[in-house]
Amino acid sequence: MINKEEAVLQVRDLLLRYGNGCECCRSRQPMEKNRCPRCGTVWAVRNVSFDVYPGEVLGIVGESGSGKSSVMKSLYFDHEVTGGSAFLKQYQDGKVNVFGASSQQRRYIKNHLMGMVYQNPLLGLRMDYSSAANVAEKIIAAGNRNVAFMDGRTVELLEAVEILTSRRAEPPRNFSGGMQQRVQISKALANNPGLLLLDEVTTGLDLSVQAKVLDLIRKIRSRYNISIILVSHDLAVIRMLADRTMVMLDGQVVESGLTDQILEDPQHAYTQQLVHSLL
Amino acid sequence: MEILAIEGLTKNFYLHNLGKTIKSCRDIGFTLHEGEFIGIVGRSGAGKSSILKCINRTYLPLQGTIVYNSQAFGPIDLAQADERQMLQLRRYEIGYVAQFLNVMPRTTAKEHVMSALLEIGVAAGEAERRAKEMLDYFRLQEELWDIYPQTFSGGERLRLNLAHAMVKRPRLMLLDEPTASLDNKTKVLVKDILQQLKEEKTSMLGIFHDLEFMEGVCDKVFNMSEGSFA
Repeated sequence: MINKEEAVLQVRDLLLRYGNGCECCRSRQPMEKNRCPRCGTVWAVRNVSFDVYPGEVLGIVGESGSGKSSVMKSLYFDHEVTGGSAFLKQYQDGKVNVFGASSQQRRYIKNHLMGMVYQNPLLGLRMDYSSAANVAEKIIAAGNRNVAFMDGRTVELLEAVEILTSRRAEPPRNFSGGMQQRVQISKALANNPGLLLLDEVTTGLDLSVQAKVLDLIRKIRSRYNISIILVSHDLAVIRMLADRTMVMLDGQVVESGLTDQILEDPQHAYTQQLVHSLL
Repeated sequence: MEILAIEGLTKNFYLHNLGKTIKSCRDIGFTLHEGEFIGIVGRSGAGKSSILKCINRTYLPLQGTIVYNSQAFGPIDLAQADERQMLQLRRYEIGYVAQFLNVMPRTTAKEHVMSALLEIGVAAGEAERRAKEMLDYFRLQEELWDIYPQTFSGGERLRLNLAHAMVKRPRLMLLDEPTASLDNKTKVLVKDILQQLKEEKTSMLGIFHDLEFMEGVCDKVFNMSEGSFA
């Protein structure tokens, strides 16, 4: 018999608000999508709760502006959350809310425990540094200054994401969009994080490059048994990779379930509309 | 030993854009024993696939219980099991063979079969050995193993689906119209394979269009009409 699994990440009532809010929106009066008509406050993420388990891919889908990327950026401390809590199993054994961590501890979490790949490589890479230096920067940030180790690890990671190591001295600005995403992925993996955050990693890539990136994510998952949160507005990508999926609309989770159930038996009106819009 | 006991299984679909409920299967009940093969026949739209998809939890049942005697958790109601439990059962114990092939882009037939083992932590070398064994068992020609299966014929796709589902030796196999759109020669091959699986004590539940064809393989056959067993 199998014992109950322990989540690697638990998020509870995550709240991200732009503006102070007013009585009207705090008391959950109807809003214009996620914006309060009276005070203009935007509720980017409203009371989102979820768990991520070891080795699983959790998909987050929804239209632009639904709050998917805001969840990711909140988890990676790019946005200061308004409320809620998140517990990482690898950080203080999951007993301490990471949103309450000091800036020094946050750096530790970002450099050791989590990796992030942004939709826009400009946010995740230094375009004028060499690709190897981009990866090495992450290793240095984690406190390792052993040059031989950095060199070996950089080669290993760039090979894993199928970037020619003979091009590792080149800066990412010389690379195509797909290659830049792969350098970002290798950078995110530099310190063996337990959790990888992938924000629209295949958006804007042509089909063949997209297939390559999807294949890479699948391989990384089985090779490193890493947990992944995958944000995408592309249901085909979610279908291929995610074990479970959450559907977001106007900053809230409207439905969650096994990915094939979400796609074949959607319950919420918005999810039905989304699935029926699939080409 | 009872592997599966279904009682009062009912499934409807509510379509928000039409404000309408579509009834699928209703008040379905039966039991499946170890090594038994139950066939369900009926016209298109009778609700046959809904039963299988409710067991696999691709559909959320509206009512009823689906008690599966699992190795991992003991008896468990699949209608209520949590998502992680379902994923665990799908990975290790329940195999679902769909009519259609669903493979990752740029994945060869062999890699597709291997993926079922890699995701449960089997080492790559061992996964490859077992995948080859399974492709051979399902009589998929060796020259097809390293090809992307999008170009396969219906029969080849089906055998690949079977190999992918069977490589992890599931205790319960759900077969969704495994003989649909196959020519007679391939149907005979599939029938042979199912007979063989049955002899190896795999419990199976299958949906078929042509009952005569499956005669002699199924232990029990339910005829389905308008959402319930006739």
